[in-house]
Amino acid sequence: MSIPTETLSNAYRSMKTIREFEERVNAEIMNGQIPGFTHLYTGQEANAVGVCAHLDADDTIISTHRGHGHCIAKGAEVDGMMKELFGSSEGLCKGKGGSMHVADIDRGILGANGIVAGGPPISVGSALAAKIRKNGKVAVSFSGDGSVNQGTCFEAMNMAVVLQVPAVFVIENNYYSEHTNISYAVGCDDLKARTEAFGFPVFVADGADFFAVYEAAGKAIEHARAGNGPAGVFAEQGRYHGHFVGDPQHYRGEGELDDLRENHDCLKNFRARMAETGELDAATLDAIDAEVMAEIEQAVTAAKAAARPTAGQVTEDVYINYGAGA
Amino acid sequence: MSQKTMRDAINEALHQAMEQDESVFVIGEDVAGCNGSAGDVGAVGGVFGVTTGIYHRWPDRCIDTPISESAIVGAAAGAALVGMRPVAEIMFADFIGVCMDQIVNQMAKFRYMFGGKSRCPAVIRFSAGGGFSAAGQHSQAMYQIMTSFPGLKVVVPSNAYDAKGLLLSAIADDDPVLFFEPKILYQEACEVPDEHYTIPFGEANFVREGDDVTVVAFGQMVPKAAAAIDELAEEGISCDLIDPRTTSPLDENAILESVEATGRLVVVDEAPPRCGLTADIAGLAADKAFASLKGPIKQVCAPHSPTPFSPELEAAYLPDGNKIKAAIKATLA
Ligand SMILES: Cc1ncc(C[n+]2csc(CCOP(=O)(O)OP(=O)(O)O)c2C)c(N)n1
Ligand SMILES: [Mg+2]
Repeated sequence: MSIPTETLSNAYRSMKTIREFEERVNAEIMNGQIPGFTHLYTGQEANAVGVCAHLDADDTIISTHRGHGHCIAKGAEVDGMMKELFGSSEGLCKGKGGSMHVADIDRGILGANGIVAGGPPISVGSALAAKIRKNGKVAVSFSGDGSVNQGTCFEAMNMAVVLQVPAVFVIENNYYSEHTNISYAVGCDDLKARTEAFGFPVFVADGADFFAVYEAAGKAIEHARAGNGPAGVFAEQGRYHGHFVGDPQHYRGEGELDDLRENHDCLKNFRARMAETGELDAATLDAIDAEVMAEIEQAVTAAKAAARPTAGQVTEDVYINYGAGA
Repeated sequence: MSQKTMRDAINEALHQAMEQDESVFVIGEDVAGCNGSAGDVGAVGGVFGVTTGIYHRWPDRCIDTPISESAIVGAAAGAALVGMRPVAEIMFADFIGVCMDQIVNQMAKFRYMFGGKSRCPAVIRFSAGGGFSAAGQHSQAMYQIMTSFPGLKVVVPSNAYDAKGLLLSAIADDDPVLFFEPKILYQEACEVPDEHYTIPFGEANFVREGDDVTVVAFGQMVPKAAAAIDELAEEGISCDLIDPRTTSPLDENAILESVEATGRLVVVDEAPPRCGLTADIAGLAADKAFASLKGPIKQVCAPHSPTPFSPELEAAYLPDGNKIKAAIKATLA
């Protein structure tokens, strides 16, 4: 499989952007600059980027509480996201949603989601619209290894098969749902098989390897786009941080985090692959790194200086039109 | 007796209920924590730490679940129907959205639909309410909605002392009880006896006593209202502050007697106004104490909007001392 150079450099930039965005957000939370509950995606970047590399602007994704990476990979403006996290009225969602609700409908981002498994049913609706309109679009939902145990997820998967819609279910196994390991919370031994039992193919990938995710997602998305009904991607890769910022992570084994950062790093893997194939040289990647760092720095500076919302905005945007009663 | 936070008081109540009665068990997401992991199972005790230590003493009766709120509530309801006394934890009250059927169509109605022949002594605990910049899906009070369903008892403690006594009553109660813990109060402490005690349902607490205005407040609004009332006392305005503690059953008499004495009523809750507790209590007074009223009833609550994320917006959204003071003064104008 040959991947165009531009796709490669975009993918690397996107993964690096997510990494640096999250590391900076972590630091700003520690500084007390970002309010609310925030869940970082650091470590899992290749999942979002490997999937979204196949998506057009008007394909849709729906995300989770751990949503920053998915949104960046689908093209959300870093600047607007950072402002949103800081609670500015200039944020992507005017400071109404914050980390757990970053959304950009114009870019096909139907939102991060604070309700575990709130997304998959909505994604089936987006896929159904694509089927009715016959426009060849696909709808991707991201779900964690914990979220797949929610009834809404089961319902969405089954209904997607029944309706034969172009829904792509991306299951990200980072081994934990909050403080519980997948080996406890998923009752069967084989989550891939359980998912396939709904009646659609699931393609497995190492989530630390952009190329593996890209390949698996390519197959799933092609399957759905071609009108063969839903498909799945199952990617395994641990998160580098706690469930939320501040999580004491009692569930980690000794050396687990070091091993993750040392041996399961999509950025390192990507660079190693490029060194082998020569498709992008180190100087090009270094230049991307520098640009990304500057972009994040600028986004934080802008977010800190951005307008704060005012009391009158509380009741704006509840409805489009509420009639005379409002 | 010592100072205990609301979190510790609830935790102590759970320990005492578990000790007393083997049919009591705790179930929910990460109520033990670390299951299946390399870590120490039981190290978490719920995301707010409320079930801390229970797993280590009663590993068979502290049950972690997958993320499956419908099944958690259903399992509690089913175990209760056959004689257990489950205490289920739903991490955030907002997740009632996921398990609504099991609560309102199932457990709430068993006894009535089965002709009085069943018992469902389940308790479902929730963290509830705003104040954390947690936005629209992690900030709702929810208790006002659940109060509207016959068959459920609904508890909203406003301090550590009440939380302990009310939870012990809830667990001993033979009907299904929803127990809403204002999460902003988990760290607030007051004197809490070490021994087992209960607080009956349907008995309001008079937090302040005064002559001019009756203030009824719920959950996290109780300490806010108390502070506002103390400030007004310096201006010579004296208020009754009534904390109903349970919204179902509701201590109507306490409210009506106070309104009959003061002739003025302010009701404070953090939820939006429509079909909420402030309207409910205002309606009660208008219906049953109309002749005593000397002026319009004032409702202090959130606007008809979801809870916003940004701290500035949330501060404007939630009722605060200034809004409560203004409402009290407005009833006297
Ligand atoms: C309905 C619902 N239940 C519980 C939660 C609390 N919660 C937030 S994230 C999470 C764990 C999700 O695990 P997983 O799906 O594996 O995603 P990950 O956090 O690992 O990305 C839980 C239990 C929630 N937000 N919504
Ligand atoms: Mg997970």
